[in-house]
Parts: sequence; C-alpha cells; structure tokens
Amino acid sequence: MTTSQPEATPTPNSAVGHDPAFIEVERFSFWYGAAQALFDISLEFPERRITAFIGPSGCGKSTLLRNLNRMNDLIDGVRHEGDIRLDGTSLYDPAVEVISLRKRVGMVFQKYNPFPKSIYENIVFPLRVAGRGSRSELDETVERSLRGAALWDEVKDKLHESAYSLSGGQQQRLCIARAIANRPQILLMDEPCAALDPVATLKIEELMMELRKEYTIVIVTHNMQQAGRCSDHTAFFYLGRLIEYAPTLQLFESPAKEQTEAYISGRFS
Amino acid sequence: MTSSTGNKRVKGEVQIWLSGMGLAIGCLMVGALLALILWRGLHVFWPQEVLHFKIAEGEQTVEVFGQVKDRGASGVRDENDEFIPQISLFTGHREVFGISYRTVREPLVLESRVAQGVMVADRVSGGAGMFLPSHLVPAEGDEIKADDPAFVDELRKLVRQGNRLRRQIRQIERIEIGRVNDRIQAEERHLRAARRAGAENLEEIRAEVERNIESLNEDFARLAAQAGEKRQELELARIHFRLGDGSEHEHAVSNITRFHYPNQLSLGGKLAEFGRGLWAFLSQEPRDSNREGGVFPAIFGTFVMTILLAVMVTPFGVIAAIYLREYAKQGPLVRTVRICVNNLAGVPSIVFGVFGLGFFVYGVGGFIDGGARHPWPSPLWVAAVVGFFAVLTAAVLMGLRLSPAPGKPPAGKLLGAIGGGLWVLAAVLLLGVVAKNPYFGGFFAADLPTPTFGTGGILWASLTLALMTLPVVIVATEESLAAVPRGVREAALACGASKWQTIQRIVLPGAAPGIMTGVILAMARGAGEVAPLMITGVVKMAPSLPIDGEFPFIHAERKFMHLGFHIFDLGFQSPDAEAAKPMVFATTLLLITLVVVMNLSAILIRNHLRRKYAASSF
Ligand SMILES: Nc1ncnc2c1ncn2[C@@H]1O[C@H](COP(=O)(O)OP(=O)(O)OP(=O)(O)O)[C@@H](O)[C@H]1O
Ligand SMILES: [Mg+2]
Repeated sequence: MTTSQPEATPTPNSAVGHDPAFIEVERFSFWYGAAQALFDISLEFPERRITAFIGPSGCGKSTLLRNLNRMNDLIDGVRHEGDIRLDGTSLYDPAVEVISLRKRVGMVFQKYNPFPKSIYENIVFPLRVAGRGSRSELDETVERSLRGAALWDEVKDKLHESAYSLSGGQQQRLCIARAIANRPQILLMDEPCAALDPVATLKIEELMMELRKEYTIVIVTHNMQQAGRCSDHTAFFYLGRLIEYAPTLQLFESPAKEQTEAYISGRFS
Repeated sequence: MTSSTGNKRVKGEVQIWLSGMGLAIGCLMVGALLALILWRGLHVFWPQEVLHFKIAEGEQTVEVFGQVKDRGASGVRDENDEFIPQISLFTGHREVFGISYRTVREPLVLESRVAQGVMVADRVSGGAGMFLPSHLVPAEGDEIKADDPAFVDELRKLVRQGNRLRRQIRQIERIEIGRVNDRIQAEERHLRAARRAGAENLEEIRAEVERNIESLNEDFARLAAQAGEKRQELELARIHFRLGDGSEHEHAVSNITRFHYPNQLSLGGKLAEFGRGLWAFLSQEPRDSNREGGVFPAIFGTFVMTILLAVMVTPFGVIAAIYLREYAKQGPLVRTVRICVNNLAGVPSIVFGVFGLGFFVYGVGGFIDGGARHPWPSPLWVAAVVGFFAVLTAAVLMGLRLSPAPGKPPAGKLLGAIGGGLWVLAAVLLLGVVAKNPYFGGFFAADLPTPTFGTGGILWASLTLALMTLPVVIVATEESLAAVPRGVREAALACGASKWQTIQRIVLPGAAPGIMTGVILAMARGAGEVAPLMITGVVKMAPSLPIDGEFPFIHAERKFMHLGFHIFDLGFQSPDAEAAKPMVFATTLLLITLVVVMNLSAILIRNHLRRKYAASSF
C-alpha cells in the first residue's frame, strides 16, 4: 500500500487476519438514467476505521455506499465516471470478479431483508454459496455471528424457525449477523439502527467498535449522536455532493462549512 | 354537504348491489350445475323400487317390470294440441325387448304397483335384469325353488363362483395368451429383421423361428382350450325366471355379476347396495360397449395423462419463464415472445391436437419407429456431422473468449451476435444430423407397417396437452418470479452469490407456491380437455392400461381411455342414448371429482411450500 494515509490515527492496531483494505473514491460521478445522483466525489477510507455518511434524505449516501460493492450494477441504465479503488485495484477493472468482490465487502441494507429461510440457513448462506462449510464450521459461524450481532441469546433456542418469525429489529440484527458470517474485510451498513430500540442500537454500536479491530466499516446514519459516538471519520453529503469530510471530532466541533454546521445543529432548511 | 355525500353513498350502493348480484348469479349457476351433477350422478347407484306396470298398447295390455327414471319431464301434444306427459321407463332385458328404455304416455299406464319379490341383477350381457326368479338349476344336484330359504345363499355362491371364473378366463385370455402372442410376434420380427439384413444363415433362422412358433402355437392352443373349458363351466348352472308378463326365461347364473331385491331392502341394505354399485363403477372395466360395468381404465388413463402432462409442462415452463424474466434482456424481442406465449393460450385446443398429430405422432413417432423418411445421402450427412462439431467447437471457443476473462476487455456486440449465431447454427445442424440420419433405421422398423410410436398414444397426447398448457405455466411462473422482492435478491448477491445461485436458492423457492398455482391451472385445463386427445391417442375401449405389470411397466406408446372422451362417447355416440344417460352423469361427476382431487392435492402441496418459505410478499 503506497498511498499515504490522510492522517495519523491512534491505532489499537493489534488486529490480525486480513490484509489491510483501503478504499479510495476518485472524482466519482453517478447517474440513474439521465438523473445525476453523485457529483464528482473524492474521498478515502482508512483501514480498520469507521467512516460515517451523514446528510439529508435523498442526498446520495446510499448510492455511494452501494457503489462500493457494485450493487448498483444491477439497476438498468446506470452509468458512472471516475474510479473507486479497493486496496489499490479499481473495482471496475475487468479482472475484478464482482462475486469475489462482494465476498470481501459485506453489506447491511437500509431495509432489512432476511431470506425466507430459517435463522440458521440465513446466516450460513454466504458460506453455502462459497461452497464452504463442514457441519462444525457452520455451527461455529452461526454462534459467532449471532453473538456478534447481539442476537444469540434471543434466538439460540429457535435457530431452525423461519427468520420471518422474528421482530423487525431482530431481523435487522440477523442481517448484520449474516453480513459478518463470512468475515468480509469491509462492512457497509446502510442505516443499520433505523429499526432498533436504544438498547439494541447500543449493542450494534458496541459491535461496531468490536468489529473495527478487524474490519473497515462504512455506515450511513441519520443519527448525529451515533455518528459522533462511534465513527472515526464523517462525510457530509448534500444534493449529491460531498460537502465536508473530516475526523468526526473536528467535523462536529468546528465544521469548516456553513452547511455542515447548519445540518448538524439541526438548523437546516 | 351531508345530502350530497348521502347521495353519493346511495349511488355507490347500487353498484355494490349490482356487483353482488353478479357474483350471486355466478355462484348460483355453478352451484346449481354441481348440485345437478352430484344428484344425478349419485342417484344412478341408489337402488330404486321396481314397479309392475300394466300399459295399454293399442288393443292389448303389456305387463312389464320397470323403474321410473323420468316422470313428466317430457311429453307430446295430441291432435287436439293437448299436452300429454310421458314417463321414461327403465325395463332392462335388452335381450328380450331390444332396448332397455321405453317412453310411455302417462294416460296409457293402466296400473302400477310395487312388484313383490322382484330381483334386480347386474348382468354381463343384455343390460340389467328385473325379474321374478323361479328356480336355480345347479351344475349338479337338485334344482332349488326361489321360495326355498337356501335360494339366496346358493345364488350368491354361484354368482361369486362365476365372477371368479370370469376373472380367471380374463387372466388367461388377456395376459397369458397375450404374452404368447407377443412372443410369436417377436419371432416373426426376428425373421423379418434377418431377411432385411440379408443374413447368410437365413434358412437356419427360418427353421428355428418356425420351430419356436410351432411350440408357441401349442402353448396357445393349450391356453385357449383351458379358457374354453372354463367358459363351458360358466354355462353349467342356470337360473330360470319370469318377466312382468309372466313369460319364462332362463340363462346362465354366471351372466349375473351382482343382484339385490330392491323392494325388500332396508335403508342399511340400500346404502350397502349403493356402495357396492359405486365401487363396481369405480373399479371395473366397461362392458357391453361401455354401457355397463365401470370406468376404471378411463379414470386411470385420465390420471396418468394428467400426471404426465404436469411432469412435462413444469420443467419446460419454469425454464422458459426463468430465461424470459431473469436472463433475457428486456426489449422488443422479449416483449414479442411474451405476447406470442400469451396468445398461444387462446389458440383452440383442436389446433394443438392437429399439431400434435402432425408433429408428435407422424413426425417424431414415425421417426422413432422407422427412422428418417427422407434421409440425407451419406456424404451430405457425414459433412453435416463434421460441420456440427466444427461449429460447436467454434461456438465454445467463442463463448470462452466472450466471457470477460481476467485482464481482457469484454467482447463487443458484433462478436456476441456471432457467438449466438454459432450456437443457433450448431443446434440446427444437430437437429438435421439426428432427423436425417441415413444410418438410423428406427427402433421398431421390423414391426412396420404396423406403427408403434407412429400412432396416437398417451405420451403424444400428454405432450400435446403440455404444449397447450405451457403458456399457463410460463405466465404464472413469470409473475411469481417478479413477485420475489428485490430486497432478498440483493441480499443474496451481496452475500457473494452468483446470479444462478441467487435464482436457485432464493428466488425459485420463493416463487415455488406461485409456480405450483400455474401447474394446478395447467392440470385443471389439461385434465378436462377432450378435443385434442381424440386425434392423439384416446380410444373408446383400450385393451390394456398405460401402466401395468408387464415389462417395461410404463407403456407410453399405448392408447388410453379418458373420462372426458368417455362422456362424449357414451352420451352422443351410443346407440341406446337413454340407457347411457345415467352413466354420463356418473362419469361427469367422476371427472369433476378427479380434477378437484388432483387440484386439492396440488393446493395442499402449495400451501405446504408456502408455509415453508413463508415469504412476506405472497
Ligand atoms: N434505483 C434508482 N433509480 C433512480 N433513481 C434513484 C434510484 N435510487 C436512488 N435514486 C435517486 O438518487 C438520489 C439519491 O438516492 P439515495 O438512495 O442515495 O439517497 P440517500 O441519501 O440514501 O437517502 P435516504 O437517507 O433517504 O436513504 C435520490 O434523488 C433518488 O431519487
Ligand atoms: Mg439511503
């Protein structure tokens, strides 16, 4: 990794496992058909850090996030300019296989979307499609992921019941468990706590702090406190443009742009 | 303000009433139809009272035993234009009266009273019998008078014996003699094949075949003699009886398969007789040109055909729908295909029948029997084989190049089109190579000109119906695929699943209940269809079932019987239409029941699937 890091962060860097992952977005613009959703965005995500996206509804947070694992490829008539690089390789390099990319980049969606299967099968799905999994590995993965998503105690006795028998918040945590089952390097979370009560939200935040040791996390949130509490960096978007990107403390205490200040202090028109 | 909303409500109310009325009328019509069929269909088996009629016929009076089947429903007008109601009288005994029904003007009935001691017998020939038994003459021993207390038991014993004997005869004539016949045919086929192949030791073969046939003929004669003996045995015990006019008649006891005394039955006895009649109808083969006996072969044929149809239509329909919905680029071409598929559903079924006859029966069936009718000359064929492999290799190589290999740019549009074209060319060549093969002489060439597959059969009939119901399955599957929420598809892809894995593991299970619905509709439509079957394999009387204990157990080439065709045949092709009417109703009831039962089981399977994959969107 030759690119210089944007800043020196205090590293609890005893983390083991993955190669360092590092995302660079360079002059990235994106169109849904004729409508441009992102305008010339450049930013970099340091590895093993939490980056938060904030901004008013419809400003393009999800769009950028979904580009990081090329989820937007599935939509007809989309187009992009600029580049996104992961660990130095462009996502759009023909040599990159989307499937293996998505195995490295896990995602939790804005709307929880468990499969119409049992809880157990939901979590082992990423392993199954990867063709992996002895019985013991699957069992171990299920327990680890569910504990990670703070769901284990609630569902450990009904692992083979339908995922739809869970409450909305439980289903969301199930989706988080599923996203971390195959140990991705990067975790994209689109408003993961929107459907959760404060206790569960706190658990998810603890989980993120835990995951931060191994994963690079990008989170979209409408909750300023959450962004302030648990992210290292924050990016503020407005109408498809990146307005400000800075270490969280700095962005919240002394925002450089007026729009940012207006938004975080709730005086936004 | 209030009055205007009030007005509006009143206006709306009228429409609600109207639509409610429409629904009610619809329900009423369906309900009435079902009730009619249920009543008339089940009534057939209810033991009915037998009356003794005195009827004026010109100067004379005629006396008969009969059951009233229809009173006052029809009538005639006399010279003075006055309406005279008629009754329809079932008298049985075709061997005596010529027909088993007669229509009588009501005023001509001089007297009718319950006839004491009359027996109603279900008989092998001559239709039902209604008579006063007078005495039995067993094969050996003394005759037994009808008023002897032992009479009924003795008769029952003899009837049972007769039934058993007839089953044995059937076994010998159908199965064992059939087997010998098959072997004789096989020997002859062997000889023909040898002659055709120009075998050198033809004389030897001929001698051996003749020897074999000789011994088979001996078997045949022995079996035939056995059957003949049993037939004679059937004729030994006789029953004597009197008809309504007091005339004496007699025939073999074995002519009777079942009997009861309708005028002396208690309710329980009637119920038991009803059950026996119903069971005989369901389990027996038709006799006496389908007017008597049961409809088991037709039930079985309908069932097997519908299952075959479902088994064939489901994979084709589902694969086509998956391609159309999930893989094909949605554009004018796909839209056109979709419109064509939908229009296929509106093509009259007889058109499919004609197509099935031309393509499946004569084309594919003829090919299986005797090979290509106009094969290509050998050099051309060899060239085609070589060409096929060349094109196939090219297409595969092209495909490998086209799939974006690591580090290479994806191929252009033109190359893609060429690759597709190569596949189509390869498919066409393969078709030609198979269909025009000069070296393939057919699997049943030795039987020709008697066709094996080149004539109607259950396989071709089911295939034709599968083709006809394909649009139903495609449309239903496409709809249920589209109904699988985008969210779960994205979730699967985000987990690193490939497109096919997503379809196979997430989308198809989610769509399964909807697909089942399509299959149910297809089965319902196919099971009741008659017109295309009439030219692709249904017959009035099939000698054997499409599935039986004979190797290879499933005989896809056999002709079969079908309830729908049975109804048509009985009701409209039978010489004694009035006599067939009850059977028509019973068969209709049965067909409806069969369709309902099959649909119900499919619905149960669907509900089970639905529970299993309880996706929120269905
Ligand atoms: N599939 C799509 N097709 C067309 N336009 C889209 C699509 N998805 C999003 N957009 C448009 O792109 C813009 C950005 O949408 P995006 O979903 O990224 O917003 P967001 O910041 O995530 O908002 P929210 O906070 O409400 O989730 C919006 O104007 C939206 O209308
Ligand atoms: Mg969003």
